[in-house]
Amino acid sequence: MKHATLAILATLCAAAAQAATPAELLDGYRAEAARQSAGFQPSAQRGAEFFQHRFGASAKMPSCASCHTDNPAQPGRHVVTDKAIKPLAPAANAGRFTDPAKVEKWFRRNCTEVVGRECSAAEKADFVAFLLGGR
Amino acid sequence: MKTPRLLLAAMLLPLSFAAHADKLRLPADAPPAFQAECASCHLAFPPQLLAADDWRRVMASLDKHYGDNASLDEKTRRAIEDFLVRNAGSVRKLGAGKAATGEPPRLTATAWFRRKHHEVPPTDWTHAKVKSPANCVACHTRAEEGSYREREIVMPDGRRWED
Repeated sequence: MKHATLAILATLCAAAAQAATPAELLDGYRAEAARQSAGFQPSAQRGAEFFQHRFGASAKMPSCASCHTDNPAQPGRHVVTDKAIKPLAPAANAGRFTDPAKVEKWFRRNCTEVVGRECSAAEKADFVAFLLGGR
Repeated sequence: MKTPRLLLAAMLLPLSFAAHADKLRLPADAPPAFQAECASCHLAFPPQLLAADDWRRVMASLDKHYGDNASLDEKTRRAIEDFLVRNAGSVRKLGAGKAATGEPPRLTATAWFRRKHHEVPPTDWTHAKVKSPANCVACHTRAEEGSYREREIVMPDGRRWED
């Protein structure tokens, strides 16, 4: 038991310190979501709907698309500060979804802001699947 | 007649130099977190534009950051605050970043900032391309590089700034 926990911890720490590929990140979220709900499979379609969904937790940024535009391969703009945002889609911006700590930070911040709560592993998996697979 | 005028000019000269902040380059001791955490949502604001106490107030309320939750872990928060305080402007020159009650100070609310921008008509501030007075690059085209020269200003409707 103790050994297993340590092994998992070591793997997690190593993963956190390492660069990853978007596919590896997606697989991590898929595995986490599958532990919570057996048989879970990421869906780019659900991810696309999530991306466009107007949660309404924030009046200024009701959806992800408010800042990232309807097309995640395009650059966006922060709706409050007008700061340019590089494309979210890895195909258009190779640095995206390669740093697990950074990805988690932005999911935490932006989900709290836009969705009004933290996102689940399943939502994150769908989201990355959408960004990787297009539509 | 001539002497008093010269005298006046001589007296005003150092004042005008102090007030002309054409160059507000990012200090070299900026921690990497300053760019990563602050400049991902807005311009990497020059620390010189707020006084030390005002920066401390901004950094003490990151969970309520002008309508956004910009919380950081304590180590990162501290590194950024130390950098801002180290390079902060003088409260005597700037004045305080007076903001609405319950809000952190704003660098767009200092007497210095308002004086520097008092000729800007309201229609420019409310222009769709501007969105916020803190959107320096909306007019200061080279603000990202820390350059705020008058000849680099392009107003949101495309006109040049003439003094």
